[in-house]
Amino acid sequence: MCRTDRVPTAGILWLALVVIMFVARSIAADHKDLIHDVSYDFHGRRMATCSSDQSVKVWDRSENGEWHCTASWKTHSGSVWRVTWAHPEFGQVLASCSFDRTAAVWEEIVGESNDKQRGLSHWIKRTTLVDSRTSVTDVKFAPKHMGLMLTTCSADGVVRIYEAPDVMNLSQWSLQHEISCKLSCSCISWNPSSSRAHPPMFAVGSDDSNVTYGGKVQIYEYNENTRKYAKAETLMTVTDAVHDIAFAPNLGRSFHVLAIATKDVRIFKLVPMRSDRKESTSTGPTKLEVQIVAQFDNHNSQVWRVSWNITSTLLASSGDDGCVRLWKANYMDNWKCTGILKGDGSPLTSSSGQPTAMSTIVGSSVQTSQNALNGMSAGRYFFPPLDPPRAGTRYGHLLPPSSLIEHCDAEPIQPQQALPYRLSSRALLPLPEAEGQ
Amino acid sequence: MEELDVEPAITNIPAASDGKHLGFAWGPGDILAYETLYMAPGSGCSFIHEVRKDEDIYSPILRKLFNESHHIFVGLQTIREDLPSKNKKTQFVSISKNYRSVIRACMEELQQVAETLHPYMKTSVLVLQVSILLAIELIWNLCEVLFIDAAPAGPLLLHLLDWVRLHKGDVDEKAREVLQSESPAEHHDYWDVVVSYVLQGRFEEARQMLVKQATLQPAARNMYKLMDTLLSKMPFYNPGGTQTLTEFDVKWRHWHEEVDRCLQDNSFASNQHLEIICKILVGDEDTLLEHKELLSTWYHFLVTRLLFCHPTVKPTELHYYAQSCMTMFLDLRSVPEPLDSILLAAFEFDIHQVIKDCSIALNNWWFVAHLTDLLDHCKLLQSHNLHFGSNLREFLLLEYASGLFTHHSLWQLAVDYFDNCPEFGHVYLELQIERVPLDTERKALKVLRICEQRQMSEQVRSICKIMAMRALRNNRLGSALSWSIRAKDAAFATLISERFLQDYCARGTFSDLDLIDNLGPAMLLSDRLTFLVKYREFHKLYEENRFSEAAKLLLSLITAKIAPRSFWMTLLTDALPLLEQKEVSHNLFVFSSDKLIVKRLPFSLFTSLCSQN
Repeated sequence: MCRTDRVPTAGILWLALVVIMFVARSIAADHKDLIHDVSYDFHGRRMATCSSDQSVKVWDRSENGEWHCTASWKTHSGSVWRVTWAHPEFGQVLASCSFDRTAAVWEEIVGESNDKQRGLSHWIKRTTLVDSRTSVTDVKFAPKHMGLMLTTCSADGVVRIYEAPDVMNLSQWSLQHEISCKLSCSCISWNPSSSRAHPPMFAVGSDDSNVTYGGKVQIYEYNENTRKYAKAETLMTVTDAVHDIAFAPNLGRSFHVLAIATKDVRIFKLVPMRSDRKESTSTGPTKLEVQIVAQFDNHNSQVWRVSWNITSTLLASSGDDGCVRLWKANYMDNWKCTGILKGDGSPLTSSSGQPTAMSTIVGSSVQTSQNALNGMSAGRYFFPPLDPPRAGTRYGHLLPPSSLIEHCDAEPIQPQQALPYRLSSRALLPLPEAEGQ
Repeated sequence: MEELDVEPAITNIPAASDGKHLGFAWGPGDILAYETLYMAPGSGCSFIHEVRKDEDIYSPILRKLFNESHHIFVGLQTIREDLPSKNKKTQFVSISKNYRSVIRACMEELQQVAETLHPYMKTSVLVLQVSILLAIELIWNLCEVLFIDAAPAGPLLLHLLDWVRLHKGDVDEKAREVLQSESPAEHHDYWDVVVSYVLQGRFEEARQMLVKQATLQPAARNMYKLMDTLLSKMPFYNPGGTQTLTEFDVKWRHWHEEVDRCLQDNSFASNQHLEIICKILVGDEDTLLEHKELLSTWYHFLVTRLLFCHPTVKPTELHYYAQSCMTMFLDLRSVPEPLDSILLAAFEFDIHQVIKDCSIALNNWWFVAHLTDLLDHCKLLQSHNLHFGSNLREFLLLEYASGLFTHHSLWQLAVDYFDNCPEFGHVYLELQIERVPLDTERKALKVLRICEQRQMSEQVRSICKIMAMRALRNNRLGSALSWSIRAKDAAFATLISERFLQDYCARGTFSDLDLIDNLGPAMLLSDRLTFLVKYREFHKLYEENRFSEAAKLLLSLITAKIAPRSFWMTLLTDALPLLEQKEVSHNLFVFSSDKLIVKRLPFSLFTSLCSQN
């Protein structure tokens, strides 16, 4: 059921815009197996990709917008689930997590000048975080105002928060908190608010599919007095497996917005209860009033990823229908699907390591991509051409999607054996520190 | 009106369509999409597709539109609230015209470019852009007439005529062709041109054309003369004159009756062309509809019909005529285009519907954002509050400016738009500006200045920190130090000062002397930095052979305990040559007579020093 498919009253402006997009270019990532995550750096000039081929690749965008692979290396001994960038205040730092039960921190070191000329960069492992006894399912850096902190969650139901006390020495990470969530964890998200009114807060989701275990999203908040994280809320209405979770940028609001990928897309508003905080300053976690804002089942079945754009005006989700859907709210807080990215059933094929085959693809694709690159997209709007351009038709020409292919020049990684995949819930192990209550 | 926007747009990605998932990552101006599978084994093709929106900003010609409209926008924001409303109206109309002339200029440039291009390109990209701009200008012009200028009955029709004439320029082109031919009166387009002129109320031009025909047919001279008189006598309302609307109406009715009489008399029966013109003058609907080709649009038909039937139409009556003209003009089967609906909504004075339909139809925030802003300044928008407390104007401006921010140079324009969004402009600017890639020091300084001017202290700190970190990673200590001073980051300044001292210990010289020698009070940011500066000062004094001052400074450095422990050895070694100089050592010990430096040093260090000697 989609709550928001009807606009309440006539005459009220409905401002959900159709977001029309086009494929500007396609990049041959040359991973030897499934890509699991792609992550932009803070400024959008670099990206990192990770794959079941156990490697991570770093890509740099050149002046003309093309992507070049500048590093590619084996990071783990299992599928790499996620890769994420630290804020550039801490330098060029990546974290990855894997089925191999570890998370790792990587730092780029400024290489020799001849490396730079060859367009390559060096990443070295600063640390391996081996505390998890099961697959590490998500890794996120905390908001930068908290310092350089890294959070992992794993299938054994534990969230771990690490800190690098000396930002110039990333080989030292201390495990600051170990929080048992009692359920196999699949995803974490930090509340990005840096307002003094909001103590550090994160949400953790569980992909345990047993609905009788109750709410699958837990909100934890830092308590200044106890110096520990304590559970502030469990979203009891979310009983199905949760695969991803994302706090929206705060925009200076008093409340928080949280998107959840479960059997559908849900958007919640978390409103801190002010009065409660006043009478008992920081003896317990802030009480949150949980309101559901929107819920969409357009993906038909499981939703796997949710993520906000910079100003949180758009939410994107990826689901079992094979689509990425974009959601936008109007001023009535009505959310609506405004754009869909969809596979057209004709994936590009690359024969990796064979430059000749690649250049053929490049050659044939340049012509079709020209239109899109020059600025107008397929199926864009269609005013009937008025007077002067009489040659035009009534409708915009449907241009084929472009595919300008960039080849990855970095050394290919040897193909790996087929890997085991993420297992869902596992037996939970007792923990030394159980802060979660 | 039914929702136009029920179906979201689908963008096809060259990837598998079933059984696979599409992963994605948000970028500042695009989305990366890739084939993947969540929670299941399998393989996929490893392509990553960069998906973009707001593609208009990548067109170099449209970039001019953005740049120039930015100036107009900024000017509009400074119009004072307290101006008398009449003056303001004139200003708003002239601003509206400025916006339109920017659109026109852009359109002309696009057309020029289109002419130089290969036909393949012509039909696809540019023609589409030109047609969109034409539509935008057409809508804007109508909004200007109806909402901003808000012309009353009488002048209203004159404005609408201008509007139609401006956007139906092909008559002039055709007329030129006819007049340049050997025998204009026998040209096959001759009568089309005459009728087109009449349909647009351009009687002067029509009469001049008719003269050519009259000279060819001396026998029909009287008939032509009669038509000429009818045309010349048609009254037009003169807004500047003393005539009242009622007087004009009486005069017009007289004329209308005269034309009607001529038609009844069969005065033009022997010339079918003149008869048609006469029927047009009398406002005969069937005749008008027979000239759909020449009218080409329902709104031209509307204005022509008003000209010959209801020249004193009131703004409030427009919607009635507009609706009926549209129905009469369009085939029963043909569905109105979005442009038709937008113009109809304008004639209905439904501003919100116009903005809404334009937003949906255009996939372009430029138009709706600027038009809405102008209409809002004209106090024409009742405030529709958005859920986050902002209004329609701000909502659209925020969207437009956010789009600009994804462009490597247009983002600077966006800053002014955000500045003029009182509710969320500041927060949006904070979120967007920190994402601007700091490719060079110059760009970083530019971004920094914008943040500083707006007291965005956290962004200022963060930018400086990023730059300091980057400089440090590249071993540019001087740059790193000055950035961390700007960031007021004491910890980082300490760290960099330490690096300077280490470098000195390793190499015996200092780098970035200019910076260190000219820090001034900035050196107080951290103890270590103060020490670095003072220690360098000591070296300078020593080099200048001002040994006694050097010795004093060294002594104070040792006694003030701001030297890092690891550096004590170096300080003491530096003291040795001074001690060997007689006069200085004398002075030195005079100054420190009651507190020998060695006393202040740990015993172990003292012994190691002695053993070295």
